[in-house]
Amino acid sequence: MATEGTQHPLKIYWIMWAALFVLSTFSYLTDFMDDGALRTTLILTFMLAKAGGIVWIFMHMGWERLALKLAILGPPVAILVLIGMMSLEGEYVEDSRIDNYGESTFVPETPGH
Amino acid sequence: MSEAILDSGATEAPGAKGLVDDWSRDKQVFGVPWGKAMMWIFLLSDTFIFSCFLVGYMSVRIATTDPWPNPSEVFGLEAFGVQVPLLLIAIMTFVLITSSGTMALAVNMGYRKDRKKTFWLMVATALLGATFVSMQAFEWSKLISEGVRPWANPFGAAQFGSSFFMITGFHGMHVTAGVIYLLIVAFRVKNGYYEKRGGNYEIVEIAGLYWHFVDLVWVFIFAFFYLW
Repeated sequence: MATEGTQHPLKIYWIMWAALFVLSTFSYLTDFMDDGALRTTLILTFMLAKAGGIVWIFMHMGWERLALKLAILGPPVAILVLIGMMSLEGEYVEDSRIDNYGESTFVPETPGH
Repeated sequence: MSEAILDSGATEAPGAKGLVDDWSRDKQVFGVPWGKAMMWIFLLSDTFIFSCFLVGYMSVRIATTDPWPNPSEVFGLEAFGVQVPLLLIAIMTFVLITSSGTMALAVNMGYRKDRKKTFWLMVATALLGATFVSMQAFEWSKLISEGVRPWANPFGAAQFGSSFFMITGFHGMHVTAGVIYLLIVAFRVKNGYYEKRGGNYEIVEIAGLYWHFVDLVWVFIFAFFYLW
């Protein structure tokens, strides 16, 4: 039971490995796109596909029993709530900074290499 | 002792019925070696640490009124006379993915009790990890020489520096610890340490879990810090 799914053929690892290379290339290519909803969606899609593949295949989560899957993958869902609350808080802090201190006067340099 | 617990009432029922069985029968809940269960729980806690860092980064990036530095320019490199955005970061990403692949193969070879291949694949993984950390050190030195500090930088919001050094620093520390961990396990595989303990190579899978997690965190850092 403990080693279930750990002695399967190597093929699935090669496929996963190749998929990670392809997905990473795609996510790198999003950097050449213009900012917008499409770019954000693609960044998140490639990120979740890579993360899912790593956890499911490389970390063997796909072969574990539901009890372990839920115990490990369930709690991180709570982080979505934190993300929601902190982005609301962030917007509020930015608004009150602008109200009290005015717009930024920072003049950034362009990174030179 | 663990065999006795695993055998008593162990069920192979899949899905939701298996979930209820695993939790409600009077037995060990997770049918995996304790080392593996504990590594998963450690990784769960590490997930929360990295999430807090990334959420903190999101929070300060939203809240600042100063413009956020453009990562593709800040992390760009000149190669053959052309400015390539995020060049080093892309290479680092591929190095880490390659190391994840060699680690996955090492775990498989471990279960096949092929000690020689397991050893060399783990050493390769560790070397790729060390390469990653070296490139990270280069990136840090470059940014520091350009005036990026945790409290200020010339390219935009001050919070950029603090987020960058904290997040990549903590990740780099994990990679460094992983390299040491992998080398210890690799040499123990080679010198027959586990043969004297019943020839059980689950430790390779447990070390692999940690290593894949480090790669997993990088996927999120790459998306949220470098691409966003």
